Amino acid sequence: MITQRLFTGGSNRRVLVVAVILAAVAVLVPALHLALPPSSPFHVPSYIVALVGKYLTYALLALALDLVWGYCGILSLGHGAFFALGGYAMGMYLMRQIGDRGVYGNPILPDFMVFLNWKELPWFWYGFDQFWFAALMIVLAPGALAFVFGWFAFRSRVTGVYLSIITQALTYALLLAFFRNDMGFGGNNGLTDFKDILGFNVQAPETRAALFAASALALALALLVTSAITRSKFGMLMIAVRDAESRTRFIGWRPENVKVFAFTVSAVMAGIAGALYVPQVGIINPGEFAPANSIEVVVWTAVGGRGTLVGPIIGALLVNGGKSWFTGVLPEYWLFALGGLFIAVTLFLPKGIVGTFDSWRAARRDAAERARTKAEEDAAPPPVDPVTGRPARTEVAERSTTSDLAGGPAPQPAE
Amino acid sequence: MTVLRVLLVLVGLVLSGVSGALADDEAIRATIGKFAESKNFRDTEQVVRDLGASGDVRVERALSALSEGNLSFRKIDKAVFIALEKGQTATLFDPLTGDAAGEEPKGGFTKIKVNNSLRRTIRDVISGLTLASPDPVVRLAAARTMFVAPDAGNLEALDAAIARETVASVKAALEAARASTILVSDAAEAAKLEAIAVLGKRGDRETLSLLTGFAARAQGEVQAAAQRAIDDINGTLALWDLGQNVWYGISLGSVLLLAAIGLAITFGVMGVINMAHGEMVMIGAYTTFAVQSVIRASFPWLFDWSLAIALPLAFVVAGAVGLALERGIIRFLYGRPLETLLATWGVSLILQQAVRTMFGPTNQEVGNPSWMSGGFQIGQLALTWNRLWIVVFALAVFGLLLYVFKRTAWGLQMRAVTANRRMASSMGIRTPWVDAFTFALGSGIAGIAGVALSQIDNVSPNLGQGYIIDSFMVVVFGGVGNLWGTLVGAFSLGIVNKFLEPYAGAVLGKILVLVLIILFIQKRPRGLFALKGRSVEA
Repeated sequence: MITQRLFTGGSNRRVLVVAVILAAVAVLVPALHLALPPSSPFHVPSYIVALVGKYLTYALLALALDLVWGYCGILSLGHGAFFALGGYAMGMYLMRQIGDRGVYGNPILPDFMVFLNWKELPWFWYGFDQFWFAALMIVLAPGALAFVFGWFAFRSRVTGVYLSIITQALTYALLLAFFRNDMGFGGNNGLTDFKDILGFNVQAPETRAALFAASALALALALLVTSAITRSKFGMLMIAVRDAESRTRFIGWRPENVKVFAFTVSAVMAGIAGALYVPQVGIINPGEFAPANSIEVVVWTAVGGRGTLVGPIIGALLVNGGKSWFTGVLPEYWLFALGGLFIAVTLFLPKGIVGTFDSWRAARRDAAERARTKAEEDAAPPPVDPVTGRPARTEVAERSTTSDLAGGPAPQPAE
Repeated sequence: MTVLRVLLVLVGLVLSGVSGALADDEAIRATIGKFAESKNFRDTEQVVRDLGASGDVRVERALSALSEGNLSFRKIDKAVFIALEKGQTATLFDPLTGDAAGEEPKGGFTKIKVNNSLRRTIRDVISGLTLASPDPVVRLAAARTMFVAPDAGNLEALDAAIARETVASVKAALEAARASTILVSDAAEAAKLEAIAVLGKRGDRETLSLLTGFAARAQGEVQAAAQRAIDDINGTLALWDLGQNVWYGISLGSVLLLAAIGLAITFGVMGVINMAHGEMVMIGAYTTFAVQSVIRASFPWLFDWSLAIALPLAFVVAGAVGLALERGIIRFLYGRPLETLLATWGVSLILQQAVRTMFGPTNQEVGNPSWMSGGFQIGQLALTWNRLWIVVFALAVFGLLLYVFKRTAWGLQMRAVTANRRMASSMGIRTPWVDAFTFALGSGIAGIAGVALSQIDNVSPNLGQGYIIDSFMVVVFGGVGNLWGTLVGAFSLGIVNKFLEPYAGAVLGKILVLVLIILFIQKRPRGLFALKGRSVEA
């Protein structure tokens, strides 16, 4: 029933339905987790809350990537970098909240700084004891990096695979940088051992449930925001840049501005996803910057269907669910499965699950309508347009084209 | 008659030599015997010096034994032996010849006492003695010892040694030792200045530390001269450092060139980003491992040829995998470069895991053939054979590819497809075949790069991952579709990287290079050697 509603009626209704489902999940799952005793069959165990909460932040990351890849044609292989930066900003806040409860009991310096024999807090750690400052940084750090990087890259018209490769180089450079102890971000071990967030214990079931709800709500909100962006005039411009960048430029728009905006918004979303991810898994380390992670995000988006907004969410949940199941049952074969998924999706499912479903549904409806029109034509003479005297175009055909447009434009290769 | 006379003379010479040696034997034995009578360290030291004065190399045995505390004398007859104690018995050896002289209870022996200052004297005496050795290698070693640890007492021995030395390199070493000895002696200022001049010409690190130590003690003009010499040496060393860095850079550049050149071909001709390229390198390295395993097990005498055997095999294996990849997957994705990137990434995951399943996740040991191990020194420049061969090999591969591209029909077709695919197709070139074999060629080159890299890197399933991003950087920097661009890109990145390393550290240097490339792309989005075209989006 729900799936049927989900997949009918264009992207707008679908987005609304998914957002409502996410909001419901944000209320229901924590409630079932906290209110029911563990013996109850409807009780949601804590590991499910943690796992799904993590997946929801992944879904937010995939949604962020869909905004740039699906709608703007920018294949970023470095979105994990923005995710990790947001995560580090949150991690720094959580580190400062530990206070003197660390192993070395230093009220100001985090443990790893005491261990490295540092005497005072580096300047870039100032302010992270305040949540509002950390929240600002979660948005600003990835956003500023994306803006500067995008400004440079798009202005000089670096596109296609070149752009993909330098985004990969970007995250690789950050990976190397954050591995250094001298950087002041905990080096190899990263930031961990968190105690409190906003005064609540990170480990407590109530806090975990709240974080879960926050992730689901953030995802729902991001879905509505991206849907609004893509359906606005600006969204049309993004699609124009994706499908024919030169043509858009020649008409008089500035594709680089469109791209920088999309890239920055997307990076901010990724940063928020990272910030929600860190308190739920309890650690952030440089491994999050690994290029392989960023490419995995691309496959979530591709599996769900790029340019569909809902697709990446479904893709992220499916692939990660599959990963958890697979690594439990056949740990050695997970990489085979993931690699096979990359190949299979690009070869056989280039539009992803949602995109393929859309075109299948459109094809079926077209066939049905063609059959009906044919039957009507056979039964009655074709209606004649009173003005032109030619056979009037049937309303159905018109509806089918519009809904096709609204159902998400077919993904096109980036130039 | 003449022959007979010559023979007689020879016999006479031999006899006199023998009798001379015998006479010396007696004298030395007598001197060694004095150890038993020495009352204190000063007496012992005198005996040591007397032994040194004899100029006979064979006293080294007794002196070394004394230094190690193994020289003892029998209480009854005060005969001196080298006595190795074990439990309650002592195994005896003749102090001069080292012949075994039976075993006796150790209670009947007294050790000749030795202290550290005595040990130092013994060391000096021995090095003075070895200066007279007939073997130039021993003499050279002695000269080096005296150069590093000069002792004013050795001056005369050195003078004598220099006078009779005939081998030029040993003589130079002896003169350096003499100069460093003069610096520690109380010689006149003029002599010291001269010694500094001699040392200043050497210009290596040991001289530098020696002179630095001296300058700290000296005063006046001598100190100024020493300081000048130090500055000179520092200048020379800086030049050598520069050379060494350039060499390291060239070495890294050749590795990058090997890893990137196959990528440049496939990317240039087909516009395909092959993320599985690093895995082709890995397959080449594992082929080498497999070849060496077979050779070790069955044909050990072939080991020095293992790389020569592995090269064509690695080319064929990696090329076949590449051909299968192109025919099986990539050809369905032409015109969709981003999807190709994802699909080949999937392939790379599968290949890595396949190798991990087959060979295990640990590093495999690939041996160096004898002609690739070790190294040599030019001036202050340390070169290793494996690095040198890899540079040569990389350039050879580059030359070969250049030939294929410029001089063969196939190369002409590849260039035509690179320049304008549709036009080439209209001219009757079978572009699908060109694509397939270009991809196989690029993969095969990656395979032979793997053979070379197996000599200097760990052969593990992750081998390729370490090179993929660097290779991309080379291709992006050098420009697509031009082999020279790859060459220049690889060597300039290698050298820049190695020059940044001493100042910024290895990791920061790498980050700086990446940032530089990102900035560079701003100026030249198509790389250093971009193909000229008229298309707005080419």
